[in-house]
Amino acid sequence: MTKQLVKGNEAIVYGALLGGATHFFGYPITPASEIAHAAALYFPKTGREFLQAESEVAAINMIYGAAGAGGRAMTASSGPGVSLMAEGISYLAGAELPCVIVDIQRAGPGLGNIWPEQGDYNTVVKSGAHGNYQNVVFAPASAQEMCDFTYQAFEIADKYRVVVFILSDAYIGQMMEPIEIPNTPREGDRKDWALYADAESRKNLITSIFMNQQIQSDHNKKLQNKYRLIEHELLAYEEEETDEADVIFVAYGICARICYTAMEELRTLGIKIGMLRPQMLFPFPSRPIQQLAQKVKKCIVVELSDGQMAVDVKLAVNGAIPVLEYNWMGGVVPTVKEIVERVQQDMKGGAK
Amino acid sequence: MIKHQKPRAFFDTFERKGPGQKNTHYCPGCGHGTAHKLIAELIDELHIQDRTIFCSPVGCSVFAYYYFDTGNIQCSHGRAPAVATGIRRTHKDSILISYQGDGDLAGIGTAEIIHAANRGENLTVFFINNAIYGMTGGQLAPTTLIGQSTLTSPGGRVQSRDGSPIGMAEIMDAIKTPVFIERVSLATPGKVMRARKVFKKALLNQVQKRGFSFVEVLSPCPVNWKLTPSRARRWMEEKLEPVFPVMNFRETEDLKINKETIPPVLKGEDLLNVFRVNKDQLHPPKAKEISDQFVKISGFGGQGVMSAGVLLANCVIAEGRNATWIPSYGPAMRGGTANASVIVSGKNIGSPLVDYPNVLIAMNLPSLNIFEEKVLPGGFIFINSSIITRKVKREDVKSIYVPASDMAKQGGMLAAANVIMLSLYMLASKVSDIQTLKKVIPLSIKKKEYIDVNLKIVDIAIEFYEKNKDAF
Repeated sequence: MTKQLVKGNEAIVYGALLGGATHFFGYPITPASEIAHAAALYFPKTGREFLQAESEVAAINMIYGAAGAGGRAMTASSGPGVSLMAEGISYLAGAELPCVIVDIQRAGPGLGNIWPEQGDYNTVVKSGAHGNYQNVVFAPASAQEMCDFTYQAFEIADKYRVVVFILSDAYIGQMMEPIEIPNTPREGDRKDWALYADAESRKNLITSIFMNQQIQSDHNKKLQNKYRLIEHELLAYEEEETDEADVIFVAYGICARICYTAMEELRTLGIKIGMLRPQMLFPFPSRPIQQLAQKVKKCIVVELSDGQMAVDVKLAVNGAIPVLEYNWMGGVVPTVKEIVERVQQDMKGGAK
Repeated sequence: MIKHQKPRAFFDTFERKGPGQKNTHYCPGCGHGTAHKLIAELIDELHIQDRTIFCSPVGCSVFAYYYFDTGNIQCSHGRAPAVATGIRRTHKDSILISYQGDGDLAGIGTAEIIHAANRGENLTVFFINNAIYGMTGGQLAPTTLIGQSTLTSPGGRVQSRDGSPIGMAEIMDAIKTPVFIERVSLATPGKVMRARKVFKKALLNQVQKRGFSFVEVLSPCPVNWKLTPSRARRWMEEKLEPVFPVMNFRETEDLKINKETIPPVLKGEDLLNVFRVNKDQLHPPKAKEISDQFVKISGFGGQGVMSAGVLLANCVIAEGRNATWIPSYGPAMRGGTANASVIVSGKNIGSPLVDYPNVLIAMNLPSLNIFEEKVLPGGFIFINSSIITRKVKREDVKSIYVPASDMAKQGGMLAAANVIMLSLYMLASKVSDIQTLKKVIPLSIKKKEYIDVNLKIVDIAIEFYEKNKDAF
């Protein structure tokens, strides 16, 4: 199929509709607004529902309603909006409703600015609202993955009855790249637990309240078992040049793109460096990182945050090798040159 | 004929409740039981049980799903109208009941109720106003009366501190869209019978797809009011009803119901065709082997720097190579200097950011000032000499001066100076064949009346290139 030049944010909508999305409820926010723009165009054009909600709070609750009614619903926002959705996400998790949420990360905290950051990692991957629950989290690094991961997200959301996040950033969202669209459009099936406003589904109840402690405890165990199953069944990451590496980058999203170029330059300079790029952040590729930690001498986590993902890398490495943190915040994005120079500096006294 | 029996819309026993399956969880003398029963009877009477979905709130009626043998969804505090909106967009023929208390609807959920009403969602809202927070044990509600003591207004509600009781029916009446707004009271049997008629009207409106109906129900809460059930009903008539007048606010009879036009749901090939592109007609030449290009195109907002970048990327992709395009975005686009970064490569592109360009297309002076020193040695700088008066200071780069704005103006479109510059960059670098650009322009330019003038401007650029080849 012909490749077409598509903006990352727009590729989300292509992937969503081909993945069977039925509803988009959203509220504009830079740098995620193009997703709502494309959704406003393509959802009605293909007979699906688009509605601009009065707030992110309303949007996530519209999703709760549409998902409870058997739809494949989605929204897209950025940090401040995702924070507003937190309570609703916890309800979705508690009631086991599937949906897809896109977070095009911008700099924070507070209003911050509209440039890229990866400071929502904890909020999204560690599930930043109340209660014990977990989101499945994709981490695309190209327009193609924005499309493909969103396409897959609805299947995963329905299969496990979970919230699936696409955790991206302002640059991956704003960037245009050639993509190929998936060639098999999908549709959701009727769900035996959902509300269809008919006799067959009348018995169904969508709720997250269980007043009996034992029943609430059992419900929590059921959720935890589901998350363990997801960890067992889903994993997505890419390794580059790790076979004979002395040191590896671990990075996702825009940082992975920058590290890829830095890696190529460093290898021409004689430094044996590879990269592990998580394509999913929950489940996190802990085991592959652990295995690499047996082979390489250093690990460098490159993030646009205060080292939120580095915590997970350190847990996986478990002290076997040093884990260095290269962190940028506030919308400042490193140049390839900066990273190359820093690695050269750090490799002087360390790995041979 | 059996005159009094349990409505079928109630469960026989309340299994979901656990112990005490014959009784509700409501306190003695509470109004919720009465309101529930009226609704259940009407669900029977209107034959809508199977298609009813009851949206229960947070508050005393959070457990409505213990009782109603309908579809049930429990909503977060105040958001039932948004949840119902989500369901409405899924099942057009469902009957949706948003049953909310005064904390839920008049406190935390004011935004959701106002906007659902304003959208005219086909929805029936029952707003139970008992002037107090019941479930949490008797705190101040937005509807608590001045002077009324609660756990969080122990000396009574004070207007200067707590504001005045909110009239939600009056607020609804300020919105154009709702078709039916009425406040009823459950203080006396006669008023309950009136409430039943109002409830029926509000539900029938939805069955007939007339739109948004709002019923405010003044309801007793003897336990939290610390009154006996009979005293509580007297208090309603003496204190509550004067503040919240029991009356009809709106009843739209001659409503023209617009038939919804629902676009067909596209599936399979029809859906794919919405997103497919067919660029086969381009027949682009095979890409020339040239080194990776790191291009920065920069200028004022409105000089087309973004679209020049998109045109470049499209040409390159058509010829089978890789490209990335990334804009400066946000406020930068609303005036000031904007720039687009394009990378062209035969391989996978890692970082899409152009920190150090080997090609700079400077459309205005600030762009040259910002990026000149970043250009890699041996790189190219294309200068729009129509408006950039100074020369390039660097001597380790190739500088090409093009009066692009003047050329574009002569060609009939000042705003197409970007196409002049892009064409000359293509001609000089062979990054893409100029004929590819002429094929891509008609596919990329949205306003069709601008296609011809842009193609003419490409020709002007070609002519300029032929005449000034030595300068390149």
